[in-house]
Amino acid sequence: MKICVLVKEVPDAAVEKRMDPNTKRLDRSGEKNLNPFDTHAIEAAMQMREGDAADVDEIVAVTMGPESAFRALHKAVSLGADRSVHLTDDALGGSDVCATGYALARVLESESPDLVLLGQQSDDGECYTIGAVVADHLKMPSLTQVIKIDLADGKLRCERQAEYGYDTVEVELPAVISVGDAINEPRYPSLKAIMGAKKKPLDTKSIGDVGIEPDRVGEPGSQTEVRAVNPPSEKEPGEIIEDEDTNETVERIVSWLEERKLLA
Amino acid sequence: MATAPIEFPPPVDPEQEFVGAPTDPEEERIEVGVAIVGGGPAGLACAIRLSQLLADDEPLLESLGEVPIALVEKGKGPGSHLLSGAMMKPSAMRALFPDLPESDWPTFGTVDKDAVYLLPNRRMTIPLKPTPPPFRNHGNHVVSVAQLGRWLAERAEEAGVYILGETAASRLLVEHGRVVGVRSGDKGRGRGGEELSNFEPGADLIAKATVLAEGTQGHLTGAAIRHFELGTDDPQQWELGVKEVWEVEKPLDRVIHTTGWPLRFGAKYREFGGSFIYPMGADRVSMGLVVGLDYRDATFSAHDALQELKTHPLVAEIVEGGKRVGWGAKTLPSGGYWARPRVWAPGLAIAGDGAGMVNVPTLKGVHYAMHAGAFAAEAIYERLASSGNCDDLSNYEAKVRDSEIDRDSYRSRNMRQPFAKGFFVGGAIANMMEISGGRFPGGRWATHDDATVDVFVGDRDKSYPRPDGKVTFDKLSSVFLSGNATRDDAPNHIRVQEQVPLEVALMWQNMCPAAVYEVPESELEAARDEGNGTVDGKREVKVQITPSNCVQCGAITAKGGRLTPPEGGDGPNYQMT
Amino acid sequence: MTAILTYALHYEGEFNKNSLGAVSEGARLAGELGGEAAAVVVGGDDLTDELCASLGKYGAARVYRARAPEGLAQPVVDVMAEVIRDNGYRYALFGGGLLGFEIGAGLTARLGAGVTMEVTAVKVQDGQLVAERPILQDSAVVDVGYVGEPGIVIGRLNAFDVREAANGASAEVVDVDVELQPHSTRATMVQRGEQRGADVNIEDAEILVAGGRGLGNAEGFELCEQLADALGGAVAATRAVVDAGWYPYAAQIGQTGKTVAPKLYLAAGISGAIQHKVGMQSSENIVAINKDPNAPIFEFSDLGVVGDLNKIIPKLTEAVKAKRG
Repeated sequence: MKICVLVKEVPDAAVEKRMDPNTKRLDRSGEKNLNPFDTHAIEAAMQMREGDAADVDEIVAVTMGPESAFRALHKAVSLGADRSVHLTDDALGGSDVCATGYALARVLESESPDLVLLGQQSDDGECYTIGAVVADHLKMPSLTQVIKIDLADGKLRCERQAEYGYDTVEVELPAVISVGDAINEPRYPSLKAIMGAKKKPLDTKSIGDVGIEPDRVGEPGSQTEVRAVNPPSEKEPGEIIEDEDTNETVERIVSWLEERKLLA
Repeated sequence: MATAPIEFPPPVDPEQEFVGAPTDPEEERIEVGVAIVGGGPAGLACAIRLSQLLADDEPLLESLGEVPIALVEKGKGPGSHLLSGAMMKPSAMRALFPDLPESDWPTFGTVDKDAVYLLPNRRMTIPLKPTPPPFRNHGNHVVSVAQLGRWLAERAEEAGVYILGETAASRLLVEHGRVVGVRSGDKGRGRGGEELSNFEPGADLIAKATVLAEGTQGHLTGAAIRHFELGTDDPQQWELGVKEVWEVEKPLDRVIHTTGWPLRFGAKYREFGGSFIYPMGADRVSMGLVVGLDYRDATFSAHDALQELKTHPLVAEIVEGGKRVGWGAKTLPSGGYWARPRVWAPGLAIAGDGAGMVNVPTLKGVHYAMHAGAFAAEAIYERLASSGNCDDLSNYEAKVRDSEIDRDSYRSRNMRQPFAKGFFVGGAIANMMEISGGRFPGGRWATHDDATVDVFVGDRDKSYPRPDGKVTFDKLSSVFLSGNATRDDAPNHIRVQEQVPLEVALMWQNMCPAAVYEVPESELEAARDEGNGTVDGKREVKVQITPSNCVQCGAITAKGGRLTPPEGGDGPNYQMT
Repeated sequence: MTAILTYALHYEGEFNKNSLGAVSEGARLAGELGGEAAAVVVGGDDLTDELCASLGKYGAARVYRARAPEGLAQPVVDVMAEVIRDNGYRYALFGGGLLGFEIGAGLTARLGAGVTMEVTAVKVQDGQLVAERPILQDSAVVDVGYVGEPGIVIGRLNAFDVREAANGASAEVVDVDVELQPHSTRATMVQRGEQRGADVNIEDAEILVAGGRGLGNAEGFELCEQLADALGGAVAATRAVVDAGWYPYAAQIGQTGKTVAPKLYLAAGISGAIQHKVGMQSSENIVAINKDPNAPIFEFSDLGVVGDLNKIIPKLTEAVKAKRG
């Protein structure tokens, strides 16, 4: 069985970010790291390999990103992926969700995976559930928010968090599964693995290599555009009550809550 | 009688815990050619210089195996834990990159104007003209070491160096009196030290030569100095620096140093230090306050004094309309010439701040660190090329001794110590030193261990400004800005006695820029009540510790505790400091 | 003009609040665009005519009903894609929530359409929809426009208010027979909606009562639990008290804990340090009770009460219980 893990390089969540006022895009020049949610996906792949249920021949880390994204791939490999694929091309810059999903599907197609795993969302909050976009292009069943995966007889038995509780869903392979962070505790890479990451094969692909049409990606291929970047709406300064007569204070709080339909 | 922190030594046994033989089975040990601990200017300069030398020596390079040079860095990557002023003399960059034009350096260029001001109080400014020589920075580059580190790391990686971020070196590996490598730290332990489900043990990294470039309060450096008895009779001393980076409306046109307020002049306070304000290009400014850790008032807080400084008209004008975009803290060694340890042992070289190579009177250290790193590389190369081993790295010590590192620090050798006598006397003596080129007064003014200085509970904290979130800030939001998001259940990496007299506890609470130590409100109240209004400094209290706030400045190690490296990757993620 | 098609999720005979909000919003926007709003529902027998038609109350002119497995996204993608193509809807709207994201994302691929997620508000500009969404931990808001049509809008959880339409009549229920794509049939629901009582997921709670160091000790959390009970909410905690062992880590809010955006966040004895703030700053209504008038939390609370929480909370609990009956 071949597992492809989709990973993304994202700005470090703890470091202050800014929007570039000129390009109206996230200033991505700062600190970056492997999307923490993707480490759960890699861990899930590793646990499948280490379990008895299936023969995992290969775990391939795949990313679409600028040159620097190779670091995310090195990290993925240090966590256990056997090799990696880096889709990078100037034409891909500025791709929105629609364009990105299409491009990722194309590069995954060239790998013919039995299972695609990825993190539920990316730390930069840009997109949730890109797995669902990719799955539709690949014509594979997809599930998101998955917190447990068991493999039996070529089928996946998944548990996922949904609006009304936990769903158990059986999914046939090949499939695209987006995992939530509750699924596992990712391992730390060993020093040997970190040092060995540079040596594992890394294929760089451009759009031509995987049949991506240039007019469907990048800015030309994007179906949304940022029209304006605004500071967050000014919150009305809050009301302050100084408690003297507690009964009165409580009355005021209750009517405040009622006004806002919070006591329904 | 006031209490000195040294009376409450931390619960740690460096010899047992931090030095030892390799423990991994032989086949599991990772062999590299040269191991460098620390991705700062010293470590990276060493890595780059060594790769330059090996590039011209194919056979030696091959003999070093698959990984000729490995550099471990405890922060997320080189730069994450780097912080300094800084004004860098260009000599080291020129030596390391002779063909690179200065305009391509990752710095903010040189600045033509210098100014030194004496601030006698919170309102007045007295320019000191002409600029005292140690503060003349013509030809020096304004640099952010966090940025410099990242740039140097890229050059090192291009040259084939393996840079291993998120990797702490927790143990010095010594066998038969030789340093044979370092052991990396464990990952995945819980608060009580227990192994969590994703526990990953560290690994023994074996090398022909090990360079410790850990920076201030180097963890293994301290252990090595003790183990190999490298220290001198004069203990090392430290200063604590807290700095901020600001986006400003008006470009700053000069390099500024100040002395005086908000530090107090009286000898009883022993507040030695000053501030710096450097332009970072046209739209940013780096500013900080540096103070010797031998101060005596337990309520003194360097972070809050920096906030106070910003209310002085001189500084207020600079930050007006601006935005704070960076914050951090770090100690620097100030023992100078007399306190510099011997910098080699069999298989070992120590370079940079860890070896005390900072000249505090001139506030220079970055280029000394880089020179030292390059010397270590050259010394190691010489030995490997001739005898094939690094048992004798006395050639490294010789290079340091014959260089500007020792020459400059010798000149300033007695300049810091007189300030124990207070600002004016100390200042006068320091001036005489400067004017006489270091010859007068002669002799050897002893340094002292900061933790031996007794503390008292004063009332310094009454004047700290209440943070307004625009110009002045509290410690917690500053820790946030440093990029620190350490997991809460990380093991406590700080060794201190938790039950100490209130004086000591308050000193830690105020000293720490990251609000790691706290005297719980309940304990303070109890101490107040029983003392009928006054606070009983001798009363023992239990200190509350929040290790995940720690930005690893090292101040606690100077004042009765011991900082050990937390899990690799923890701590701040400095960008522009 | 067929303007907006909204997905409405139902469960055990009821549409969820999120979906009703989305239907209301769809109707409002369609009105501004000068077109029609409709809803789409997918499921089995429990989608009675009555239930579906009731969406008319919130402004849906028509409800397309399709038979397909419940609780799975891909069948809905098939249905919505066909309805949009056949009827020319300009925008698809979702009220956030798990399925909304999944379906909207799949639809993006199927229709080659632009999608905006975590939308907090939608407006009409020059006869088109523009979606607003926060970025960079809520430190900025971007206006996103659509290059072509259809466009997909996925709201943040509870972003849209439920509003009954002024002239809300019964919606016309139209059955659509859609052939599902092969890949949409390869996931099978085995068990839906299993409750796991013990694990209250605070991220889903609409009301949170959070406790901080000001509670004084672990017992202080009893006050929070009682108030939360009275309000019908859950209990959360700050890092400091979790560190001190007063409450479990699963309830921790903040930079190193969970991020929440409930309708009501009541902070008791919490100072409001930024490490905590970033975990709850998007809460719709923030009430803070703290005895320190200088606590930073008062700078961003909607209602701040300076006083002793030990006096205020018990009385508040009683008063809330009385109101809610």
